Amino acid sequence: MSRMSSDVPAPPRPSRWSVLIGFFGSMHLAIALLLTLALAAALGTVLPQNQPSQTYLMQFGPFWHEVFDAMGLYAVYTAGWFLLILAFLVVSTTVCVYRSTPMMWRDMRGFRLDIREKSLERFAHCESRPQHPEAPDTVMQRAQTVLRHRGYRLRRHQDGDGREVLSAMRGSGNRLGYFFTHVAIVVICIGGLIDGRVPLMAAQLLGGLEPETRQIPASEVPPESRVEPSNPSFRGSVEIPEGRSADVVFLDLDDGYVVQELPFAIEVKDFRVQRHETGQERSFESDVVIHDEDLDTPMERTVSVNHPLVHRGYAIYQSSYRDAGSLLMLDMHLLGRSAEKPRHVPVRVHGRYEQSLSDGSVYTLEFLNFRETNLSRERDEEGGERVHDMGPSMEYALHDPEGETRYFHQLMEPVERDGRRYLISGVRAGTGEPFRYLYIPADPDGEGIDRFMALVARLHDRQVVESVVDDLAGEAAAQFGGGDGRVPREVVRDTMIRLVELFAAGGYDAVIGEIRQRVPEPQWERLTDVFGRVLNETLRALYLRVLEAEGIGQMRGDDAAWLDDALTALDALPRYGSPLFVRLRDYQLHQAAGLMVTKAPGQKVVYFGSLMLIIGVFLMLYVSHRRCWLVLHPRGDGGSRLLFAGTANRNMLEFDHEFAALSRDLLQEASAGGENGAGSRQV
Amino acid sequence: MSVPHDTLAVRRPGFLRRLSPADWLWAVLVVVSGGVTLALFGDRMNIYQILTLVVHVGVAVWLGWYWRAFRPFALSVALMSLLGVLAYGDNLAHAESNFFLKYLVSGQSAVMWMCALLFMSTAAYMAHMFRRGEGGEGLAASLAVGAGTAVVGAGLLWVGSAGIVPGMQWVAPLFLIIATGALAGPLVRSDFTARVGGALAWTAAAFGLAGLFVRWRETYLHDPTWGYIPVSNLWEVFVLFCIITVLMYLYYEGRTRNRGMGAFVLLLVSAAVAFLLYYTLDQQAHQVQPLVPALQSWWMKVHVPANFIGYGGFAIAAMLGIAYILRDWGERRRPGGLLARRLPGGQVLDDTMYRAVAVGFAFFTIATVLGAMWAAEAWGGYWSWDPKEVWALIVWLNYAAWLHMRFTKGWRGTRMAWWSVIGLFLTTFAFVGVNMFLGGLHSYGEL
Repeated sequence: MSRMSSDVPAPPRPSRWSVLIGFFGSMHLAIALLLTLALAAALGTVLPQNQPSQTYLMQFGPFWHEVFDAMGLYAVYTAGWFLLILAFLVVSTTVCVYRSTPMMWRDMRGFRLDIREKSLERFAHCESRPQHPEAPDTVMQRAQTVLRHRGYRLRRHQDGDGREVLSAMRGSGNRLGYFFTHVAIVVICIGGLIDGRVPLMAAQLLGGLEPETRQIPASEVPPESRVEPSNPSFRGSVEIPEGRSADVVFLDLDDGYVVQELPFAIEVKDFRVQRHETGQERSFESDVVIHDEDLDTPMERTVSVNHPLVHRGYAIYQSSYRDAGSLLMLDMHLLGRSAEKPRHVPVRVHGRYEQSLSDGSVYTLEFLNFRETNLSRERDEEGGERVHDMGPSMEYALHDPEGETRYFHQLMEPVERDGRRYLISGVRAGTGEPFRYLYIPADPDGEGIDRFMALVARLHDRQVVESVVDDLAGEAAAQFGGGDGRVPREVVRDTMIRLVELFAAGGYDAVIGEIRQRVPEPQWERLTDVFGRVLNETLRALYLRVLEAEGIGQMRGDDAAWLDDALTALDALPRYGSPLFVRLRDYQLHQAAGLMVTKAPGQKVVYFGSLMLIIGVFLMLYVSHRRCWLVLHPRGDGGSRLLFAGTANRNMLEFDHEFAALSRDLLQEASAGGENGAGSRQV
Repeated sequence: MSVPHDTLAVRRPGFLRRLSPADWLWAVLVVVSGGVTLALFGDRMNIYQILTLVVHVGVAVWLGWYWRAFRPFALSVALMSLLGVLAYGDNLAHAESNFFLKYLVSGQSAVMWMCALLFMSTAAYMAHMFRRGEGGEGLAASLAVGAGTAVVGAGLLWVGSAGIVPGMQWVAPLFLIIATGALAGPLVRSDFTARVGGALAWTAAAFGLAGLFVRWRETYLHDPTWGYIPVSNLWEVFVLFCIITVLMYLYYEGRTRNRGMGAFVLLLVSAAVAFLLYYTLDQQAHQVQPLVPALQSWWMKVHVPANFIGYGGFAIAAMLGIAYILRDWGERRRPGGLLARRLPGGQVLDDTMYRAVAVGFAFFTIATVLGAMWAAEAWGGYWSWDPKEVWALIVWLNYAAWLHMRFTKGWRGTRMAWWSVIGLFLTTFAFVGVNMFLGGLHSYGEL
């Protein structure tokens, strides 16, 4: 970016042009630009780029949001000032190349046979022999042999006065390295510019291209938001459901998008996620068919990550995927008297379903997402990680009649915890919160939740509760009254029913709340204990009814453990916040492949520039431009006066050795000469 | 005039004639092993793989000719890797049952050996710096440094393991290594400890590289569909960083015949080892896991190693920069003092620093270009202003500016030394900081 050596005569009178050239070609400007560019680029990594403007508004407040937005900090790399820095760098580099190349060329080609002995004497490597015994011709012959064998190119010149000059050089590629690296920067920037958003920005400024902000089908996007297939470079994306095709892609522009038309259609036949045995993703693949009038038959290919398809200069990449409306088979349990008789409902992801309850209220379910695989990382016994697939899951939102929304996450398969199996269901009030999970104990077969739903149904069935309470009331009356039967049986019966109702509506907390509300504090502890026992007895009796219906006469160990889990779940159920429980039974996957389509004619330019850059860097750093001069004058005694000097611009240490060896071979002085080994003279 | 009879004597023999029988033996060995590989596996290799093999044979022959010390190293790595691979056979479970695998050459054991040997090597180089001078000179300084760092090291160990400042126990080894070196150094006067340090460093690098080669095989033993080159996650590239930096250092040590730089460079490598130990023992990050689809590409095999030659060069330059700054400070404060005499000469430091930056820059350029080409294939664009890309650009611009100043303005010495040190901070951020703080497309290997 600046002159590489200092011995260029200054221009006599600086014209305006040369001042300008001087400014742009100055090393200080170049370094300043390099470092400014680095700083500006760093800025863009610290501040997340191209987020929705709402995000920034929340983060910085209205004032700073405005300021930052005006400064282009949300899209640093396309901001005018950033491109200006880049442009300055390109201009500076170009000027530098323009200024230095002629000099470099002279350095590479010019052997400088007219060099003065005075200059040579100032070189760090210089051997002077005022009285050399050999004749000039002898030395000259040998010098040529020696230098040529070391790879030097030679030029020889004889002056009229008998002065002979031999000029030698090697490694002039170093100078070429300078040229290559600097031109490469310009080439790469030009290539990048071609592939940048320039055509789009130009169309926006000149051609009245308007970004579209509405979410409407591509076919309805008006012409002012459409880009012809002739657009030379773009990078867009499109989601194509399996079995469908598209002949457009979407390009992000400002806060909206524009539709880029393609000269062919892409059909996605199938999208697959290949998995390792552990469930981790192994590859994302789409089977695509290109329908193009230029093709005799449609072209079928598979596109996967790292393996794009290139067709007519358009590259098609596998970049993402999403659910495109998988079919979900659901069991809808209303958590009331009819809980054990679920409705079988088919729904689609991204679809809605309305469910009215017995009281006439209407709940709306909105199915948000479906995932076929859920990996969980667990620590194994040795402390290492083990990856485990928990099976399919879905997410849905439940909108209640009051307009409140809760979000649910539902696994299809029960999971195992401490040797027992549960169907788990997560719930949260807002998308930013963590899920809290409800653990419903699975049936003895480990799969169904029929037993739990049967228990829920009986808990809410007044008739069943009454009949159970009737069976138990006598025994309970004894407990209430401390054994003397002072509490009337009717009161006991009503209390028990009330307890069950309270529990069904609000869990143990509701029971405790009721006690604290109704009786003075000294009795709280005793009543809580008594009511708790009575309530559990009742629930146990309800459970026995469930077992009876299953044909099981008496509780075994597993059944008792199940009851403990069921009571925990029943206690939590009111906080679950949903009058219905949705179980995912089966599904048919239907996905959309997210493809990225790009056209980057500048890519080849950039690659060419990069190759130049690499070659240039190696030439510049590892090729040393070495040159030597031998000046001979004949002497009257048949000997000669000689001067041998050399210079190199890289790797001085090695040149020290080489120059020493050269002078030794060239001068062929007796080893007693003593001076030979020292080689160079420091000045 | 006839050509003088001594002309022949001044003809330098051609390159091939200058090679010794040992050089030729090396070439034959490499070519034969390449041939054996081809004979054994050729029918399963495609043309690119055969081409790659041929290129490797060529590079190995050249490297052995250019750098003789590389030959015993390469042979040991080859033998250890073969031992590991053959001991495995087709059964990963042999890692626990086979003696050699369990204690020596399974990927994990070999890397642990590398870690231990690198700590020892660092201590030995430190001891060399604190060696006994004429008439017990420097003894007081050694004892002071030794006692100080021992106290700090022990303190950190306690603070860390008692849970007061968790994690400090992993920093403690660095201080304890300096303490060991400073306290043991005065026992020896010659450069014996430095030579031990060099031997340990060579052995460590051999263990590390063999460890990665065996691990490569292990990835296939876990599951044939997993198989990947083990330069794919943060744990593996830290091992790679240690190996490459140590090898590059050993090259400079041999070339400059100066063992005084070891204490500085190896101290930084030890810091990487400390992280590696934390990452292994505390985070269990050494386990082989299948690659995400974006990383399943042959570009990985060229992009990552090229990058780490760059990082290694920059790291060495920064540590030599610190040595230079210390020496410069010592010279100005007390020209005859210990710092001025014990640390390597300014000329050597400056020159080696330049060489390290130069080789780092050249390979970093290659790595960035390769990265761009890979990005074009994997992410749909050769440049996406992804944080990792941007930081690579920042590092590149920084060293480009560094080289410009040296070439055109002739900057040398302290100024450039400071710049190298700053450069290491940028490099470190680009290497690990981006993954930890900024995310983006390169965000694998979180902490």
